Amino acid sequence: MKYVIIGNSAAAIGCIEGIRSVDSQGSITVISKETQHTYSRPLISYLLLGKTDSERMKYRSDNFYEENNCTVMFGTEVTKISPDKKEVLLDNGKSVKYDKLLVATGSNPFVPPIEGVSTAKSVHTFMSLDDALALEKDLTPDSRVIILGGGLIGLKCAEGILKSVKKITVIDMADRILPSILDSEGSSIIQKHLESKGIEFLLGNSISKVDGQRAILKSGDIIEFDSLVIAVGVRANTALVAEAGGTVNRGIYTDLSCKTSLHDIYSAGDCSESYDITIGQPRVLALLPNAYMQGEVAGVNMAGGDMLYDHAIPMNAIGFFGLHVISAGSYEGECYTVAEGNNYKKLFYNDNNLFGYILIGEVARAGIYTALIREKTPLDSIDFELIKDKPQLMAFTKKDRAALLIKEALPDNWQ
Amino acid sequence: MKRIIVNEKWCLGCRLCEYNCAFANSGSIGTTPLDMAKALKDIVINPRIKIEEKDDICFAVSCRHCKEPLCVKSCITGALTRVDGVIRINKEKCVECHTCVLVCPYGAIMPSDEGVMQKCELCVQNTGGEPFCVKGCPNKAIEFKELGGDSV
Ligand SMILES: Cc1cc2nc3c(=O)[nH]c(=O)nc-3n(C[C@H](O)[C@H](O)[C@H](O)COP(=O)(O)OP(=O)(O)OC[C@H]3O[C@@H](n4cnc5c(N)ncnc54)[C@H](O)[C@@H]3O)c2cc1C
Repeated sequence: MKYVIIGNSAAAIGCIEGIRSVDSQGSITVISKETQHTYSRPLISYLLLGKTDSERMKYRSDNFYEENNCTVMFGTEVTKISPDKKEVLLDNGKSVKYDKLLVATGSNPFVPPIEGVSTAKSVHTFMSLDDALALEKDLTPDSRVIILGGGLIGLKCAEGILKSVKKITVIDMADRILPSILDSEGSSIIQKHLESKGIEFLLGNSISKVDGQRAILKSGDIIEFDSLVIAVGVRANTALVAEAGGTVNRGIYTDLSCKTSLHDIYSAGDCSESYDITIGQPRVLALLPNAYMQGEVAGVNMAGGDMLYDHAIPMNAIGFFGLHVISAGSYEGECYTVAEGNNYKKLFYNDNNLFGYILIGEVARAGIYTALIREKTPLDSIDFELIKDKPQLMAFTKKDRAALLIKEALPDNWQ
Repeated sequence: MKRIIVNEKWCLGCRLCEYNCAFANSGSIGTTPLDMAKALKDIVINPRIKIEEKDDICFAVSCRHCKEPLCVKSCITGALTRVDGVIRINKEKCVECHTCVLVCPYGAIMPSDEGVMQKCELCVQNTGGEPFCVKGCPNKAIEFKELGGDSV
């Protein structure tokens, strides 16, 4: 069996580990546009912060490819998939045959057209190790930086560089930050926290024109800057599959076994959609745990195993200067709120299911909440008042708790 | 593989497991005399095993070393791994992003006092052999045993 994987990040690694859990023999070829050993993409901001380094941020050990008997083609881009010939074409003119193919091409930064942006001398995106190193090179203690986009990536970038620069201004068209994971009260807690660290926000605003080192805003204000980071969002990298005739919506369509609409072609990670059980619809979940788990399921199935990716939910853990935010699921239904300074808790539920939650500050044991969403635990089977108070196993019945706590110690074939 | 099994019905809520856990991970093991009281004097303990308690119910919770570990699969840095059935954490790689807290269904991973996460590693990293929480439990409410023929 000949497996080919396009991409070398979380989804690709999940796929390799998935394949090897079933098939120790088949050949695996990884084709990676980036030149580095597999690294943790979210750590690029921690790298600038000095909380990790190029060695420690490797997502797997140095001998990972060798141990898993993989051939990696670094710095090589796939330019075309030919499903009829079962081969991929490379940018060096060569081609590689596959029996099973995984497309794990991730996402690209979306760069909106901004008039005059080419006249500025330091303009960056913040998606890759190379991006981070290029940005770092341009920064000095006197740098005034504009970050366009108040989402996860823009704000992690702000945290990463704050102590190395003079000033950071975050500009976003939306009237609040982190709208993808927070409600408006949550947004304002985090915004105040970031402001207290010295980050400035201009919300409900955007850059209409750049003239050298001056940004002319929609509001008419003019801001001088040294570097501009564009982090307004990401787009799933779907082109290869679309051109090969596969079904593509916002992301590459995949079924629960992570197969695309094309024969013997699978897809996982930021480039693809997964079935979000909290809304009962497919959507792109551009998050690392999702990428790994979807990749693993794809790998197992590519190798002839049988595994479904049928518990996908949006979920996110992020922190800024020590203040943590954990959230999961969808924010609909009734809600229960507790707000006290920087501690914020919101649970979203209907008559018998927890749909989603947001925790800021006090986030201990949040995974107990996540499990209630993922497992669709009926709320009438637990003591919901205790769960509202805090995540705890005490909320389960004695019997359910005993089963839960012994589950992992039982033999696989236990009935 | 041997696992930590908790028996709610035998748990007295004495919290000796928490103290023994803190002691085992305090770095004082191997020094003589083995004196828990001395090692933990004036320390607010931050154990990896924790008692839940309400009215007359109490039980201990620590990492279950899941066979399909969500924490390992979700870890954004690769700091969490499953080695010979034990879920280990590499403190060099962890950046305390809390993704493991987001996914652990038992709530069994928590921040350490060193700016990284901590969890039960079955004492393999300090004493080896029988976990300290088990050794010190006066009522056999926490046991270390093999329940069946599961492979690692
Ligand atoms: C700054 C930042 C912070 C983040 N923080 C978090 C966080 O805290 N938590 C979280 O869960 N997620 C976070 N994310 C998101 C997370 O990084 C992604 O969800 C994850 O990396 C997705 O993995 P992937 O394997 O799908 O794709 P990617 O990591 O995007 O990798 C895709 C790879 O495929 C390569 N590729 C693309 N096209 C081709 C081609 N044609 N030929 C060859 N190679 C190709 C790309 O070069 C890239 O290396 C963050 C992202 C960023 C940028």
